[in-house]
Amino acid sequence: MSATSEHALEFNNLSMVFPDGTHALDNVSINIDPGEFVTVVGPSGCGKSTLLRIASGLETHTGGECNVDRNSIGYVFQDATLFPWRTVRKNVELIAELHGESSAAMSDRVNESLALVNLDEHEDKYPKQLSGGMRMRASLARSLVLQPDVFLFDEPFGALDEISRERLNDELLALFKAKKFAGLFITHSIAEAVFLSTRVLVMSARPGRIIADYQVPFEYPRSHGIRYEPAFAELSGKISQDLRGAHP
Amino acid sequence: MTAVENSEALSEKTALAAESETSNPPTKATGLARFAGPATVFGLFIGFWYLTHHFLMSEPKKPLVPVPHRVIQESILTWNIERGAGGSRTGGGLLKLLEGLWSSVQVAGLGLAIAIGLGFVLATFMSQASWVQNSIWPFLIALQAMPILAFVPLIGTVIGFNFKARVMVCVIIAIFPIVANTLFGLLSVDKGYHELMSLNGASRWTRLFKLQYPAAMPSIFTGLQISAGLSVVGAVVGDFFFRQGEPGLGRLINLYQNSTEYEQMYGAVVMSAFLGIAVFILFGWIGNRIVGNWHEKRSN
Repeated sequence: MSATSEHALEFNNLSMVFPDGTHALDNVSINIDPGEFVTVVGPSGCGKSTLLRIASGLETHTGGECNVDRNSIGYVFQDATLFPWRTVRKNVELIAELHGESSAAMSDRVNESLALVNLDEHEDKYPKQLSGGMRMRASLARSLVLQPDVFLFDEPFGALDEISRERLNDELLALFKAKKFAGLFITHSIAEAVFLSTRVLVMSARPGRIIADYQVPFEYPRSHGIRYEPAFAELSGKISQDLRGAHP
Repeated sequence: MTAVENSEALSEKTALAAESETSNPPTKATGLARFAGPATVFGLFIGFWYLTHHFLMSEPKKPLVPVPHRVIQESILTWNIERGAGGSRTGGGLLKLLEGLWSSVQVAGLGLAIAIGLGFVLATFMSQASWVQNSIWPFLIALQAMPILAFVPLIGTVIGFNFKARVMVCVIIAIFPIVANTLFGLLSVDKGYHELMSLNGASRWTRLFKLQYPAAMPSIFTGLQISAGLSVVGAVVGDFFFRQGEPGLGRLINLYQNSTEYEQMYGAVVMSAFLGIAVFILFGWIGNRIVGNWHEKRSN
């Protein structure tokens, strides 16, 4: 658990066997550098989320190594997990509060985070007044407020409709470009994986192993239109093929 | 009449449908339709009351069910009937009812306040460790399951048939819903929220105050609402047994029954009902004020 590694996030021969005997991860090695956005796709229940839970410290791995600075992690959950009794702004402030940040420093960062996800005009609304996409944005703003070096995304847009999802993908890329964090993203959507990432990893069914590793050749900033380019389709096809092979 | 009712019911349905789709504020028609239903049922109830008096009771038994307007006239609209005046053995009138009400309000209010404080602390401790919960829970269930009426004479014998004992009955009867609902609220916080707190290194204390208490608020207020009603029940029931100090509403009901002053007795019953309903509405209102802004189901 040393932070001396040069990578922002490093899994070395990581294995995970749960107390009930479930073998979730087997010998997984991934290095992610600052400015790298790595997406893991794989069959349901293959252990993708476990990878994030280990990185964040919510679970402890049973074998191998995990090196990351736990003080600089932003974790975006599958659900927005906004506190319904707090307004958008108060939700964003929550993380700073929990880390004992002063209110003055907090105010600037909160403003910046809200502006980055285009929620500054909705900061006084309660979560129930927001659409699913806006809730997810608020959740993003919340994880942005501490300006982490490593971002973990656990299928954050899985519950959204296609349009909101693509719009949030665009916004996430803009954030990535602005902040140059190291990202580890989990998704079921191949298109989302290719569109967002510098690298796409394919994981096998349980126990999860990395069975394919693709560099994504598109330059940033990426426009919405690259989804319809032949190279995009070709890469998506390859990943899809690997995923079929990944199922038991 | 039925045509009007039908059209109102229909307008309520369409209004509700429109509301759920566009979340517009309720229209005036909806308000009227909402009022019409309960008003009709109330009307039927009053009608049945008159019916009982006039047609279902034999002549010698008619005084047992005095008609509503007589009850109102004798007990609520008459200020004070002195004891012995006009052959009255107990007296009567609104003044006595208000005195009884005040006595019951004090008992129920203090009992409820203690039940809230005690219940809240108990639930908090129980939420912190399952062994605490497992140790206390069976006895709360037992307390809830035991017939309170069987306990009342016991309490009276031990601590006297006085104000303290009346308050204690209230506490016993009112505490369970507060503990149960508070505990349920504290423990049913979604795992994702807890993980968010864990990821950010929140202490047990921080978790309790920033996450669990606020999340439990809707549930806590449901418990408060039930307990507030029960505290009134406790105050009135306690009165039947405890005959020292200011007579509360229960004691008045008892006295009027013994002296066969049925108009007065019904008046006291109506007053108890009014008190129960009033605290129920009050706590519902406070709950809405506090969590209505953000809670999905409470919003209006």
